[in-house]
Amino acid sequence: MSIERNDVLNAAHLARLGIDDRDIEDFTQDLTNIISLADQMQAVDTTGIEPMAHPMDATQRLRADQITESNQRDHFQKIAPATEDGLYLVPRVID
Amino acid sequence: MHNKTIAELSQGLANGEFSSVELTQAHLDRIKRLDPKYNSFITVTEDAALASAQQADAQRAAGDAGDLTGIPIAQKDLFCTEGVRTTCASKILDNFIAPYDATIVTKFNEAGTVCVGKTNMDEFAMGSSNENSAYGAVKNPWDTNAVPGGSSGGSAAAVAARLVPGSTGSDTGGSIRQPAALCGVTGLKPTYGRVSRWGMIAYASSLDQAGPFARTAEDCAYMLNAMAGFDGKDSTSIDRAVPDYRANLNNSLQGLRIGLPKEYFTDSLDAGVQQVIQNAIREYEKLGATVKEISLPRSELAIPAYYVIAPAEASSNLSRFDGVRFGHRCDDPEDLLDLYKRSRAEGFGREVKRRIIAGTYALSEGYYDAYYLKAQRLRRMIKNDFVAALNEVDVIMGPTTPTPAFNIGEKSGDPMSMYLGDIYTISANLAGIPGISIPCGFVNDRPVGLQIMGNYFEESRLLNAAHQYQLHTDWHQQAPAGIE
Repeated sequence: MSIERNDVLNAAHLARLGIDDRDIEDFTQDLTNIISLADQMQAVDTTGIEPMAHPMDATQRLRADQITESNQRDHFQKIAPATEDGLYLVPRVID
Repeated sequence: MHNKTIAELSQGLANGEFSSVELTQAHLDRIKRLDPKYNSFITVTEDAALASAQQADAQRAAGDAGDLTGIPIAQKDLFCTEGVRTTCASKILDNFIAPYDATIVTKFNEAGTVCVGKTNMDEFAMGSSNENSAYGAVKNPWDTNAVPGGSSGGSAAAVAARLVPGSTGSDTGGSIRQPAALCGVTGLKPTYGRVSRWGMIAYASSLDQAGPFARTAEDCAYMLNAMAGFDGKDSTSIDRAVPDYRANLNNSLQGLRIGLPKEYFTDSLDAGVQQVIQNAIREYEKLGATVKEISLPRSELAIPAYYVIAPAEASSNLSRFDGVRFGHRCDDPEDLLDLYKRSRAEGFGREVKRRIIAGTYALSEGYYDAYYLKAQRLRRMIKNDFVAALNEVDVIMGPTTPTPAFNIGEKSGDPMSMYLGDIYTISANLAGIPGISIPCGFVNDRPVGLQIMGNYFEESRLLNAAHQYQLHTDWHQQAPAGIE
């Protein structure tokens, strides 16, 4: 599988990650290397093998729908880059 | 005092030979004097440490002391510590003061340990050399030209340099065992789910596991006693009783069945390391163990499976660092997209970006089945290989790493060769089984680690095997030159 510049730009965009123009070539080479390593897996026949997400095949534990946390908004917002009236501030999204 | 183990310090405190304040001050003084050479700490919490040492002494005076009360330790800088900067060695968290404690931090506080600071690491635990830190590389105390390993390089170096008797790490693909091997200390990765991940900044959630570093297996048992246990706040934590990990340390190894995977002893293993490992195995035979060759046929495929699963999970986990609620935000964002993209571009280092791109690619439409699902199927085959092998033997032994520590800068331009160095450690993470690395010799004056892996929840057996070896050898007692 050959990796193009656009594959890197597309993945970076999906990840909301800015990339300097001068780094695109290096990242293209890095992704090429990682994917060619990953392609070694294709030689193995995995027909009938269930994908394994958890070593003990545990499933997500559910708990009763009860309030366990108190409101700590002020405490958590103390470390936010910008807040106002208890809200997180970001650039205007809708004009 | 700094040459004493946790077990000895615990006894010394109990006997009143010294106080926790004296002990803590002695270690803080060493950190101040020696750490500029190693760079193993990102943050030293001197005032808080002395305050908790005083509290520990008061607790002891009140007759309320446990085994670890008053013992200084260091926390890897990916465990959230309330009110203390927690950077994960990343610029994106440079200003992050954690608003809560990780479960293991709470547990160590409850056990009365004194946290002297936060250790350096590869950014977001991605790396095997500790060169990927926004706060500079850590130097190996055995040779400051060498890497300490990674990602928990600061925690391993701090124990090797006798700056602390014990520290914590996290192990996603070898990040405890590999630096333990390269720094000549003991490091344990428990079974997946044994130690809570809550408050541990996530790298690859289905692989991450926290564990201890110390100079001896006995000390790791003391620390694991404090760390292990079910936590309702970690959805993958396993609800299972925690044994006293010290209880079986003195069991005889007579009849212990050791398996040596033939895939681990090939041309890619350094000849010097191979010799040292063979000597260690012979020592085990003298202690009554029997040795047989086993096969883990999918060993080589663990690397591609890991380098799909780990970046994929990382790309998802790291999406929370967006410049909105905490951490670095770029100046004057034009719009929300620019805020996200530029904050992340400025905040993340090279290796982290590399893995986010690879992981996002592997999860993207059209590739998910071919990469992520394929890797998860392979993961099950790797697990099945271990389960089959561990039906025949009690423990699996081999080298922790294919070579001793390499030089700083030697591999930093070639990430692929760095990835291949994880060959012996990552399969335990994929399978979820526990593994320990213990010092067992030297090659060119650099330490070599013996890895012992065992079945799920058999940490006690690994600690027993490691402790018995340490009773009969003195590799773990060697100290780097200049560390008197």
